[in-house]
Amino acid sequence: MEEPVMKDTQWLARELKAHGVSRNDFLKFCGSMAAMLSLPEWAAAKLPATLAAAAKPTVVWLEFQDCAGNSESFLRAWRPTVAEIILDAVSVNYHETIMAAAGTQATAALDQTVAKHSGEYLAIVEGAVPTGAGGAYCTIGGKAALEIAREVCGHAAATIAVGTCASFGGLPAALPNPTSALSISEAVPAAANVINLSACPANADNITALLVYYMTMKRWPPLDDHRRPVFAYGQLIHDACERRAHFDNGQYVQAWGDEGHRLGYCLYQMGCKGPVTSHNCPIVKWNEGTNWPVECGHPCVGCAEPQFWDKMSPFYKHLTGVPGFGMAANIDKVGIGAAAVVTAAFVTQGIVQKVRSRKEDNATTQSHEEEKRP
Amino acid sequence: MTHIVVDPITRIEGHLRIEAEVDGGVLRDAWSSSTMFRGIEIILQGRDPRDAWIFTQRICGVCTTVHALASVLAVENAIGAVPPPNARLLRNLITAAQFVQDHVVHFYQLHALDWVDVVSALSGDPAKTSKLAQSISDWPLSSEKYFSGVRDRLKGFVSGGRLGPFANAYWGHPAYRLPPEANLLAVAHYLEALEWQRKFIRIHALLGGKNPHLQSYLVGGMATPIDPNSETAINIGTIAAMHELIADARTFVNQVYIPDLLAIASFYKEWFSIGAGVGNYMSYGEFPHTEGPNAVPYLPSGIIVQRDLAHVQPVDPRQISEFVTHSWYDYKGGDARGLHPFEGETNPAYTGPKPPYDRLHTDGKYSWLKAPRYGDKPMEVGPLARMLVAYAKGQPQVKKAVNGALAALGVGPAALFSTLGRTAARGIETQIIVEKMSDWVDALANNMSQGDLRINDNTKWDPSSWPAECMGAGFHEAPRGALGHWVHIKNGAIGNYQCVVPSTWNAGPRDARGNRGPYEAALVGTPVAIADQPLEILRTVHSFDPCLACGVHVVDASKNEIVRVRAV
Repeated sequence: MEEPVMKDTQWLARELKAHGVSRNDFLKFCGSMAAMLSLPEWAAAKLPATLAAAAKPTVVWLEFQDCAGNSESFLRAWRPTVAEIILDAVSVNYHETIMAAAGTQATAALDQTVAKHSGEYLAIVEGAVPTGAGGAYCTIGGKAALEIAREVCGHAAATIAVGTCASFGGLPAALPNPTSALSISEAVPAAANVINLSACPANADNITALLVYYMTMKRWPPLDDHRRPVFAYGQLIHDACERRAHFDNGQYVQAWGDEGHRLGYCLYQMGCKGPVTSHNCPIVKWNEGTNWPVECGHPCVGCAEPQFWDKMSPFYKHLTGVPGFGMAANIDKVGIGAAAVVTAAFVTQGIVQKVRSRKEDNATTQSHEEEKRP
Repeated sequence: MTHIVVDPITRIEGHLRIEAEVDGGVLRDAWSSSTMFRGIEIILQGRDPRDAWIFTQRICGVCTTVHALASVLAVENAIGAVPPPNARLLRNLITAAQFVQDHVVHFYQLHALDWVDVVSALSGDPAKTSKLAQSISDWPLSSEKYFSGVRDRLKGFVSGGRLGPFANAYWGHPAYRLPPEANLLAVAHYLEALEWQRKFIRIHALLGGKNPHLQSYLVGGMATPIDPNSETAINIGTIAAMHELIADARTFVNQVYIPDLLAIASFYKEWFSIGAGVGNYMSYGEFPHTEGPNAVPYLPSGIIVQRDLAHVQPVDPRQISEFVTHSWYDYKGGDARGLHPFEGETNPAYTGPKPPYDRLHTDGKYSWLKAPRYGDKPMEVGPLARMLVAYAKGQPQVKKAVNGALAALGVGPAALFSTLGRTAARGIETQIIVEKMSDWVDALANNMSQGDLRINDNTKWDPSSWPAECMGAGFHEAPRGALGHWVHIKNGAIGNYQCVVPSTWNAGPRDARGNRGPYEAALVGTPVAIADQPLEILRTVHSFDPCLACGVHVVDASKNEIVRVRAV
C-alpha cells in the first residue's frame, strides 16, 4: 500500500489551537494513548510529531444490517476536544447518520470518493451484509448492500469492521440467520486489510486507538486469529477483571442484590463469560472510563466473540457445571496441589463447554431446518 | 407531475426511502419505505426469556435501552415478577437520561441542518452573533471572541475544500431563512451539543455499565447493587455524580437548546402550518410513580382522534392491529384484515423490484414495515403525541411549558399540529423531563438511607417458578413514541415474541383501505422549491425523528405457535 502523500503539515497544530488545546494537553493525550497502545517509550516520545505530520485519511462509513450503535459509540469518543480532533483528523465523506446531504447527493459523495480515492480511503463498516432474497433485505439507493460492500470495500486501502455484526455477522446472523447475513470479510473476501473491532458496540476508545495507531505508525497493528488488534483483544476479560481476586478466593454473587453482589464479588455463578472473552473492557472501560458491565454488577455476555449470541447464551447459565470454587480457598483447605487440579478442571470444563455449545448449535440448526420443511 | 426518490434519507437511524409526486412546487403524494430487515423476533424463538432484553436492545443503538426495558416489562408481566421500587427509580432515570440526550442530539446533529445553513455561518459577524446570543440566553459561551474562534475553525474546514459530512448539501437553498449570525450561533451549539451529549450520557455508564447498549437490566429488576457502605455499588458518590450531570443538563437544555429552538422557529413560522399528518395521536404513558403495570405515570396515556383535545380516550391495547397489504409479508388469511400482535404472523415475502432498482411498486407492496393501526386508524406517536395527551389531560408541568412556548412564539395550540409543532414538542418534553430527574435521584437516596437496598424480585428468577405457559405485554414510551413488546412463554422458553414500535406507527405504509401512514400524510402539501433538492421533505420527515432499525419487525414466523388469547 502506498503511503499517503503529505500535503499540509500544519493542519493538526491549527486544529489544536482552534480547539483551545494546549501543547501540554496534547502531549498528555498522546502519552495516555501510547500507554493504551502499549507502545515502547521511544514511540511515545515521537508520537506528537508523527501524529501532527500525518495526512488526513479519507473515510467512508457504511451502515448495512445495523442498529447505528457503533456510530453512537463513536460519538462518545472521549478526551473532549482532542477526541473531536481525531474526528476532524479524518475526512468523513460519507456517513448516513451524520451527513447533511440526502438521496442522490449523498450517494454521489460516496461514488466520488470511491472513484477519486480508489485504493487510498478507509472503509468503516457497521452491520452485517444479508445475502437472502436477492439482496432485498438491505438496499440503499435501490442498490443491494452486498453490491455496495463489494464496490466500496473492494477499492479501499483497508476496511474496519466496527461491532460484532460487521466483524462476525452478529445479531442478524444469530441462529437461524433468517436473512443469510454475513460478516464483511465473508461478504467481500477480496477486501484488503480487514480489521475487526468486535463488541456490541465497538468501544469508541478502540476505534480511536486504531485510527491513531494507523496515522502514527503508518501501518496496521498486529491482529489475532479473528483479525482483531492484539492491543485491545489480547487478554481475557477474566485475567484483567477487578473481581478476579474474589474468583480466586471463592467469593461469588449468589443472588441479585445479596451481600456479595453489593461487595463486588465474582459474577461467575451468575453467568459471567469473562473467562472465555478476549477484550479490554476492564482496562479502558466505557464512556470516559466511567464503568463497564461487570463493575456495574452484571455478568459479561461475551459480546466481542464470534457467534456470541448462540455460543454464550443462555447468558445467565454459568460457564461450567461446577458450582463455586476458588483457588485461594482451596489452597487454604487442601494446599496448592489441589488448587492446580481445580484449575485444570476449570480449563477442561471451559473446553467441554465450548464443545457442548457447538453441539447445541448444530442441534438448534437442525431443529430450525426441520421447522422450515413444509 | 414529477416523481422523486430520496434514498437514503440521511441524518436518521436506519434505512428509509421516500418516493413522492411533486406538482407545481408542492408534494402531492408520498410513499414511505423501509429497506432493511433482520428478523430479530425469529431469532428470539426458543431462547431463555431472561435473555430477550439483551437481544431486543440491539434492535436499535440510537434508541438504546428502550427495547431492553419493554422486553423485561413484557416478561415480568407474563411471569408475575414485581420489581422493587429501586428498580423502578433506576429505570426512570435511565429512560429520562435517554430522552434528554437523544432529543438534544436529534435537534442539533440530526435536524438542525434542515434549518441552519452552515456555509452562510461563515459570513456571520462575531460581534453581532455575540449580541444575538446574549439577547436570548445567559449561556456563558457567548463572547465575540468565542464566535470568532468558531467561525475561524469553520473557515479552516471549508477552505480546505474537504467538507466531509457537510459536502454536497443544500447550502444556499432559498428555503434557508436564518441570518448569518443565527447560523453561526447554531453551528457553535452543534459543536457544543456534541461535547455535552457525551459527558451527560455517563449517567448510563454509572447505572448500566456502558452506553450504547446498557447492561444492567434483569427480568425482575436491575443488576446494579445499591449500598451506601460499599464502593462496588450505587452509593452516595453515584448519587452526587448524577445530581451534577443532571444539573449540567438542566442548564444546557434551558440555556442552549430551548432558546435556540425558539429563535430558529421564529424565522420559520409558516412551518407551524405545514406537515400536520394524520391528526390522531397515541401515548402509552411513561415514568411510573408506583410499582406494577397499573401505576400512574408522570406523563399520562391516552388517545386523541382527529385533533379533538376535549375528548382524550383511554388506550385499549386490544384495538391494535397490523396490516401487511402494502408490506413485504403474507398473511395466511389474506392481506385485507389486520392482526392483533398476539395473533400475528409474518411470512417475509419480497415482491419488490430486484435490486438495483429505480422505483418501487408503490401500488402494491413497498416496505419492510407493517402498517399498525389503532381501531383501524393510523396513529402518530412520539413527543408531540405525548405532549398533546398530557396537555389535553391537564398535566400541570406540561400545560405550563406548552403555554409558555406558544406565548413566546406568538402562536395558538393549533400550531402544534405541524412539522415545527413536532420539533417544539420534543424540546418542551426535554425540559419537563430534565426538571423531574433529580426527584428520582432523591427518592433513590432516600430509600438507601431507609435501608431499602432491594433491586430485584428474586422469587421469580428461577424459571421453575413460572407457569408452564404464560404471556405478557410490556408498554413503554420511547423517545420516538409508543413501544409495545408481546411475549408468549412456554416451558421456560420464548414461543412467540413481537414488537410494535414507534417508527412502525409513524413510518409505516398504507393499510388495506389505502389510508396513508403518518409520514406519508404529513408530507402531502409540503412545498418543494427545487425538485432534486429535497430540503423541505427532510424537514417534515426529520420532525418525526425516524428510527428505521426499530421499525422493522417480524411477528411470529413459527408454524406451531399461533396463539389466540384474550388480549391484554
